[in-house]
Amino acid sequence: MATGLATPLTPHGGRRPTEGAPVVFELGGVNVSYGTHRAVRDVSMDIHEREITALIGPSGCGKSTVLRCLNRMNDLVPGASVSGKVAYRGADLYGADVDSIEVRRRIGMVFQKPNPFPKSIYDNVAYGLRFGPDRLSRSDLDDRVEAALTSAALWDEVKDKLNSSGHALSGGQQQRLCIARAVAVRPDVVLMDEPCSALDPIATAKIEDLMQKLADEFTLVIVTHNMQQAARVSDRTAFFTADTDSEGVRHGRLVEYDATEKIFNRPADQRTEDYISGRFG
Amino acid sequence: MSTTDTTDTTAKTTETGHRSLLVKQGNAGARAVKNRFATGVLTAAMAIAVVPLLLIIWEVTRRGIGAIHWDFFTTDEPSYRQEGGYRAGFVGTAYVMGGAILMSVPLGLATAIYVVEYGRETRAGRRLSDLIRFFTDVMTGIPSIFVGLFVYGFLVSSTGGLGQGFNAFAGSVAIAIIMLPIVARSSEEMLKLVPDEWRNASYALGASKSRTVLTTVLPAAAPGLATGSMLAVARGAGETAPLIMTILGSQYLVSSYFEGAQGAVPLQIYRGARQQFEAGIERAWGGALSLFLLVLILVVLARWLGSKANKLK
Repeated sequence: MATGLATPLTPHGGRRPTEGAPVVFELGGVNVSYGTHRAVRDVSMDIHEREITALIGPSGCGKSTVLRCLNRMNDLVPGASVSGKVAYRGADLYGADVDSIEVRRRIGMVFQKPNPFPKSIYDNVAYGLRFGPDRLSRSDLDDRVEAALTSAALWDEVKDKLNSSGHALSGGQQQRLCIARAVAVRPDVVLMDEPCSALDPIATAKIEDLMQKLADEFTLVIVTHNMQQAARVSDRTAFFTADTDSEGVRHGRLVEYDATEKIFNRPADQRTEDYISGRFG
Repeated sequence: MSTTDTTDTTAKTTETGHRSLLVKQGNAGARAVKNRFATGVLTAAMAIAVVPLLLIIWEVTRRGIGAIHWDFFTTDEPSYRQEGGYRAGFVGTAYVMGGAILMSVPLGLATAIYVVEYGRETRAGRRLSDLIRFFTDVMTGIPSIFVGLFVYGFLVSSTGGLGQGFNAFAGSVAIAIIMLPIVARSSEEMLKLVPDEWRNASYALGASKSRTVLTTVLPAAAPGLATGSMLAVARGAGETAPLIMTILGSQYLVSSYFEGAQGAVPLQIYRGARQQFEAGIERAWGGALSLFLLVLILVVLARWLGSKANKLK
């Protein structure tokens, strides 16, 4: 069994789970299959409101797959299917009468590689607003774009060049533009799939600061390869690992899910301890 | 030339005792000779291939330039021998091509959108897409006279067909059939170049599939799509055989699109070149030159748009 670490290997950011925070997602026995391959098995966890939940683990452990279940991006992959319970604010996310478009308007996503549209900065942020439920006037649209860019800590850098291409920005700015684009539609949850893995340390630090601010307003779920990042930014951490079943099929499993501070200092499972202490993965 | 021991390029070893880079080993000498020989042969082959092309440009320009003046585009071919122009042909070609573009570009684009954006979702869709791709490839290779024959038999002829007689619409249909596979295949390639990450970004914002295609995929691919369509127009504008069987040709302006034999530049060239007097033959060269310039402009424009498309990312 895990013995605990003499000294914490990663500085903890100081965030702790809020007592009694409402549950946003409730996952119970979730399996995700691609064709006949059950890629992720038996994941059960609750994700809480206005917390930052980090999903960590080695490559192929299914953490991104689980993240993509939460806004039904897996629907877009031919052959992908989800079983088990995925409840969002008490309602079945995969219910027959739930529209995946409605799901994604509430649950936004930021991808690993910054992917602004080949449009102007303004049009990138306004994209989701232009077909939203609210009919926005020109000036309302301007206000929403400014608000979104401000909350993504990008407004001051781009306010004089809103009409230039989103691709003209640096990598870190592009990623903040993608965050602005996601928060512009005022979602409830923002999912981030390794949002810093394509960025340098300075840009990464900015995004991490931004996550802290965004957590006042949104529920964040981030997937990261970077354990230090998980320790720095999150309230709770879920550790996934790649397992091999009796038939030799590799699949992802949730090993341990707890307060970040506990996962990184007093992990309950030996595999978690091995991973966070750098013994594998 | 001063040669001391240290600067002697034939020295087998360097000062540090390593083998000199200048020492040729094994087949290095033969390889260099072979390389020069192959380069020479390929350059000569390229030069030979370009000669006919240059000769065509030279000849068309030399013999056609005399016919090109304002009247050439604004007057019909006269019944007498001197002067006059190919107005009927230019207008006819514009009619035929206008109709053909309206038919083939939307249809070809829709085909490409289906194959790339919708056909990949289901197994049946993938099968249908493969079938569509196979038939567009076959259609690209069909001799244009077959297309002319088909439209003649279907629309123009009164024995077995709809019996509408020769008209510009029938010509448009024939040219559209020739352009369609070109538009469809080139558009398909262009849509495939649009990275999935942009589609995913759009879906993640709650956009529907149709909105994603209309507001993300098509604008991103627009320059490339325009390029493909222009190349198809360039190809269609010079087609002659199918027009003989669908619009027949006319040396006088015909304003109707759906009724009556219509003129076209390639058909006027075909008839003009066989006339027995100098002015008629010169007009044919003039027609050829103007058609050549039209195609050249379209191709250059397409290339330019294409290079802009590549710079997109």
